[in-house]
Amino acid sequence: MTIGIRKVARPREMTFPESLYLVEIVKGLGVTMGHMLRNIVRQEGIMTMEYPEVRRRMPPRFRGRHRLMRRPDGSPRCVACYCCATACPAKCITIVAGESPDPAVEKYPVRFDIDMLRCVFCGLCVEACPCDAIRMDTGWFTPPDDSREKLIFTIDVLLEK
Amino acid sequence: MNPALFDLVVAVARIAVMLAFCLTLVVVFTWVERKGAAYIQDRRGPNRAAIFGIRAWGLFHPMADALKFLFKEDFIPDRAHRLFYQIAPMFALAPVIMTIAVIPFGPDVTLFGRRIALQIADLNVGILYIFAVSGMTVYGVVLAGWSSGSKYPLLGGLRSSAQMLSYEVSMGLSLMGIFMVFQSVRLSQIVAAQGGLLFGVLPKWGVFVQPLGFVLFLVAQYAEANRTPFDLPEGESELVAGYHTEYGSFKFSMFMMAEYFHMVVGAAILSTLFFGGWQFPYLGDTGFLFPGGAGFALPPALVFLLRIGSFVGKVVFFAWLYVWVRWTIPRFRYDQVMRLGWKMMLPLSLANLFATGLILLLPGR
Ligand code: SF4
Ligand code: SF4
Repeated sequence: MTIGIRKVARPREMTFPESLYLVEIVKGLGVTMGHMLRNIVRQEGIMTMEYPEVRRRMPPRFRGRHRLMRRPDGSPRCVACYCCATACPAKCITIVAGESPDPAVEKYPVRFDIDMLRCVFCGLCVEACPCDAIRMDTGWFTPPDDSREKLIFTIDVLLEK
Repeated sequence: MNPALFDLVVAVARIAVMLAFCLTLVVVFTWVERKGAAYIQDRRGPNRAAIFGIRAWGLFHPMADALKFLFKEDFIPDRAHRLFYQIAPMFALAPVIMTIAVIPFGPDVTLFGRRIALQIADLNVGILYIFAVSGMTVYGVVLAGWSSGSKYPLLGGLRSSAQMLSYEVSMGLSLMGIFMVFQSVRLSQIVAAQGGLLFGVLPKWGVFVQPLGFVLFLVAQYAEANRTPFDLPEGESELVAGYHTEYGSFKFSMFMMAEYFHMVVGAAILSTLFFGGWQFPYLGDTGFLFPGGAGFALPPALVFLLRIGSFVGKVVFFAWLYVWVRWTIPRFRYDQVMRLGWKMMLPLSLANLFATGLILLLPGR
């Protein structure tokens, strides 16, 4: 194999007007003013998304905040098997099981809390669930709130979605 | 009315009005900076602060900022020098405010048979006073940097002192040409002298008489005010926030106010020295008089308003130029700043001085 010489493009020398810098500054000022005027006249060029009012469309497989599924009769599909709480690496799911009134089902969750401040959105709870009772397909992340207590989602909040 | 009392009332009123004008501009320009930066960078900028649901393009944000600063905890870092740490913001803000004293805001007005200059003090040393006082702002910065007892502020303070001293030299020299042409350092006389015509066509403004001096002074002003591209004392990417890293609450906002005040005062000085101050092009005491000989008369009240308006317009434009330049040009490296100051600006201002003197001494003038 022969060793060749490869020409690398070097930045060219600055011409005299460029090295004076002032002309280039004026050109730059023109560019920024152009952007500003365009953005004042037409707002479409602005990238900013006005967050709480406008939401980005998430891709379909986005792992967002959780929701609990219901059976056709409206009761939660969850059988309080603790699989999700066991799988959860952040240990943020708290389940209290109760005996189900339905003879075909053994248990149901009396309490089902997810501490959204500790959740790392790994999705392991969804994978662990044997009855497809918990999903993360809401397409949105946890909205901000002003106290820690409000960000511990209870079963009512989770069933709502 | 008692003449002494009248003078007192006029003096106080002048100070109040001019200070209020500058402070309003300062407040407005904190908003202009944020909003302008946003629009230049294809963003939306502040638009959330609202009073009774009225957002007014984020105009209430400066108010919200001020309130926030007032209610924040006023702390003093453990290793700071308690006295110097507290007086540094005052040293930064007070001299800048003092500089508005000699700026002529408009032509003389006659009120109750007395002529009143729209200038807080018509000092005979004029611009020298501005240099002397605004040179003191560097103490605020250095004190802040040193007394914080932390290394980044110290570096920021040192940088700013070196930078301000270097640019002070070429700033003074770049103005020499103006003094030579207008034969005065008194700002009211400089403005009055700019009312004439140059070659019978152009207004005899400093910028047409001294174009190089204007460019040099503009650059030196940016360096003095620590604005981009010369905002090395702050240099977020290297020095956290420079000399005010350790400051919080209202003390920090005093540094902020000093910066914007510097901008407004700088714009006022620039328009006074190089753009005719309150002079409106081709506008005489009685009306317009164009170079061709055409012209029309205007009532004195309208002439007065036009002149004040022209001063305000120029100040707003140059203050906006600070913002505009800040969001266009990246920051210089420190050695580049020093090289520009000593190896370009200083020789150029000396050459400008020499050329001006030569032309003024040419026979036949
Ligand atoms: S997404 Fe992960 S961290 Fe969050 S609750 Fe499920 S298992 Fe726990
Ligand atoms: S794994 Fe599914 S069924 Fe089991 S407790 Fe969790 S959500 Fe309920």
